[in-house]
Amino acid sequence: MSLWLVLTVNSIAFGGLLFLLSAGFSLIFGLMRIPNLTHGSFFMLGAYFGASFVIWGSAPFWLAAIIGAVLVALLGGLLERFVLRRLAGQNEAQVLVTLGVSFMIADLCLMEWSGDPISVEAPSPLQGVARFGGLIFPTYRIAIILLALIVAVALWALIDGTRLGAMIRAGVDDPQMARICGIRVSTLFTVVFCLGAGLAGFAGMIGSPILSIYPGLDSDMLPLALVVVILGGTGSLLGSLLGSFVVGFLYNFGQALLPELAYFVLFLPMVLILVMRPQGLFGRRAP
Amino acid sequence: MTTKFGRRAFLAGVAASTLPMPAIAQAAPVRIGLLTVKTGSLAEGGIQMEQGILTFLKQKNNTLAGRKVEFISADTGGSPAGAKTKAQELIERDKVDVILGPLAAFELLAISDYIAQQKTPMLSLAAAEDLTQRKPNPYFIRASATSAQAMQPLADYAAKEMKVKTAVLIAEDFAFGYEQMGGFHRVFEDDGGKVLKKIWVPLGTADNTPFIAQIGQCDVVCQGYAGSAPVKFMKQYADLGLKTPVIGGETAGDDALMKSFGDDAVGMINACPYTLDLANDANKRFVADFTKDYGNVPGFYAAGLYVNGQVVEAGLQKVNGDTSNKEAFVKQLRGVQLTDTPRGPVKFDDHGNVIGNIYIRRIEKQNGKLANKTVKTYENVSQFWTYDEKTFLSQPVYSRDYPPLKL
Amino acid sequence: MKRVGWAVALIVLAAVPLWVGGSFYVNIVSQILIAAIFALGLDILVGYAGLISLGHAGLFGIAAYTVAILLEHGFGHSVAIIAALGMTLATTMLFAVLALRTTGIGFIMITLALGQLLWGLGYRWIDLTHGDNGVSGTSRPMPFNISLDSADHFYYATLLIFVAVLIGMAILTGSAFGASLRGTRDQPRRMTALGFDVWTIRFIACVMSGLCSAVAGILFFYYNEFISPHALALSASAEVLLMVIAGGSGTLLGPVAGAALVVIMKSVMSAYIERWNFTLGAIFVLIVLFMPEGLVPGSRRLVRFLLAAAKTGRGAAPARSGG
Repeated sequence: MSLWLVLTVNSIAFGGLLFLLSAGFSLIFGLMRIPNLTHGSFFMLGAYFGASFVIWGSAPFWLAAIIGAVLVALLGGLLERFVLRRLAGQNEAQVLVTLGVSFMIADLCLMEWSGDPISVEAPSPLQGVARFGGLIFPTYRIAIILLALIVAVALWALIDGTRLGAMIRAGVDDPQMARICGIRVSTLFTVVFCLGAGLAGFAGMIGSPILSIYPGLDSDMLPLALVVVILGGTGSLLGSLLGSFVVGFLYNFGQALLPELAYFVLFLPMVLILVMRPQGLFGRRAP
Repeated sequence: MTTKFGRRAFLAGVAASTLPMPAIAQAAPVRIGLLTVKTGSLAEGGIQMEQGILTFLKQKNNTLAGRKVEFISADTGGSPAGAKTKAQELIERDKVDVILGPLAAFELLAISDYIAQQKTPMLSLAAAEDLTQRKPNPYFIRASATSAQAMQPLADYAAKEMKVKTAVLIAEDFAFGYEQMGGFHRVFEDDGGKVLKKIWVPLGTADNTPFIAQIGQCDVVCQGYAGSAPVKFMKQYADLGLKTPVIGGETAGDDALMKSFGDDAVGMINACPYTLDLANDANKRFVADFTKDYGNVPGFYAAGLYVNGQVVEAGLQKVNGDTSNKEAFVKQLRGVQLTDTPRGPVKFDDHGNVIGNIYIRRIEKQNGKLANKTVKTYENVSQFWTYDEKTFLSQPVYSRDYPPLKL
Repeated sequence: MKRVGWAVALIVLAAVPLWVGGSFYVNIVSQILIAAIFALGLDILVGYAGLISLGHAGLFGIAAYTVAILLEHGFGHSVAIIAALGMTLATTMLFAVLALRTTGIGFIMITLALGQLLWGLGYRWIDLTHGDNGVSGTSRPMPFNISLDSADHFYYATLLIFVAVLIGMAILTGSAFGASLRGTRDQPRRMTALGFDVWTIRFIACVMSGLCSAVAGILFFYYNEFISPHALALSASAEVLLMVIAGGSGTLLGPVAGAALVVIMKSVMSAYIERWNFTLGAIFVLIVLFMPEGLVPGSRRLVRFLLAAAKTGRGAAPARSGG
């Protein structure tokens, strides 16, 4: 009984973390059609920045996470503005440059923080376990679930309720028409890229008490983000949310119950869904 | 912070730092090559390996057995093909006399035949059991340990000193994990214990919680994580509120990881061929110099390479610095016996594997920092533990299903 | 002019063991050629069919593993090689059937997933593949009783195969099929309207691509005399894709240039540049900024620009084409 409970809680929590990571990727790809393979690096960098502020700057956890996210957002903005903007529509060049940048970031992190894993403690009120009716829940993981839901709601409010959100939706549906209507699509792109990168950086710091921070974190997380976005459908926030939870469950239950087929469990459903419904669960057929 | 060494930069630095040479004819330099990993996820251990051997060479003023040392470091990138290419570079282009490394077992397996063909002595930390058991390579010497060499005494300690009866084993799903757990399993059950479950975690898993959740009731949990994974594991273990004591192998409680662990690691018992708190002269000098140059304490990887350096020096002394006869050189290397090394006494068995001490340590908090404290020393431990060598070798190598669970 | 260029290149390549400076470097050139064959195969899809695949290392790996496992079980080289080609072709066809249901990002993701499935098999099917310990080989084939053990002999065998693949590529891309393949890349709907069976054309392209990957995988195994799951990892698929894109997709020499760039950086420059990974990433970024179509087309453009500048510099000479 308690194994199922632990797995369930963990699935939802991991799903929440994945949502924070992949929401940004989904937005970036949905709006700009850029396969941003630097996304895993943004996650890792946000974690390293945040951890540095906590460990060497004695900053409180949440403040460090936000500052780290802002720094990563700035970096993302620079990347978009000066490199990716020239490559509109050129998928191959985008793949090459985002992978190239991820190599550079990975090596820079190794130079700066060395190969030793960095451990970050969850903020003290959230450490340890909480007990509800005889059941034990790891407190921090519950916190992640709540945080992911808050961010999801905030993003939803942004996309559905504000003018910026309307512009983003217009840009996702039809960039040409959006331009004709007077929407400054270029600026919009930069803003969205910053937002996506910042979310990933924030996710990195939030995940660090569970995952710790180490070289290779970027390539461990990136494939998961890709799976989420593909399953859920690009450009759809609801798709990312549901996709994250699906992947969270597949990852946890599949790996625990069928360790022989660990990799199959994650990728086979993805292949099946893609084969049957190539645009993902909630995506739109590409024009 | 790692010290940045390009190959050329290192040689230049060394040239600048050596004492003036006496005006007698100098023999050609002896070339030592290092195969290590400095990029990617294995980088942490690989960088330490280089730091360990550099500390040794610096202490010796870059001269061994009267010959100057030319040291060449090669980054394999952590892949078998990379290891092969770099091994070829060291042997065919740089004409090294001896190779130290590589780091990972799969790298070692990719180059083992080539090394034997080229008759280049190689001293590696890679723990693959069969290379000194059922598929021996006459040019291979291992001064660190096989995967199970430290786990076998650990099982003995668990059964006899900790007096635990049941254990659940958890390790990463690859050869190093299987071999560690296999060794523990056999000795633990031969000493009257019972292994209830073996859990294998895919390599590179970020979140171990689904696997930790399967552990269930037992007296002790034995883990075999390597690299940086032990840090994650202990944290995720504590997050689940589990209280069963945890014990582990040489990589699980490596001294170099102490600064990365949280308080969740306090109390973990681990077995290692090296321990930071060993109070002999060699270790004191090693630790002092290492900490001064690199700002960290050394761990198992660094100490292993330092000892390798000592073995190479002893071998060179026995052949009077003459490395031209490769068979003779490797024979002398395998015949080396040392007493004053950072890990204590070292000698080799007929298969080229070390016989030495294994230290059982407990992680404790001292002055707000975590450190290992040795609680027991097993002396003269060989790769075969107390088993008869022939019987041991007639059984299959430790693997995922061997020894099998008795249900 | 062009033919002279090709002839010179061929002579230079044939003479490699004489001028390159030792067996280590001969081996490096062998590695470049093997990587180039792999990249050329991928380019059929990426450059000519417009389909980006992130799972090709799986096909490469299946060929290598088939040879390795059959040799380990006592079969001869010819049997092993033929079986490897067959196995890879069968797998490629299965993958193609699954992946060709979509294009664009869907295709990328399905190929990524399929590549990961094969990688997982390599790690997990331990009875067959020994997991991460990999499979070692102990001998190389002896075509016409000539030993391939020495670096030079192996190099020449590889060179012959490489030239054959290159010629095959040239014929393929210059043929009517090649034209229709490019058509499906640029204007799939128009091609369908014109009566072409776009799916079958793409399917055939996948099969050709798989065949090249198989050849490269077999050579790779014989070169290293070892195969392990590392060769099938996502990073391996990404690496060959980078070779194609950096060198210039859709060209004959682009993949070769890309292969040379990556192999030289990884295996040679890494001895001199500690942060070679960073440098490689930076080179990719620079290529994208200054030669986004790739090294080979970009260099051609640069040469044309320089020649044109030289001509106008000398006065109002009438512009001439060709030469």
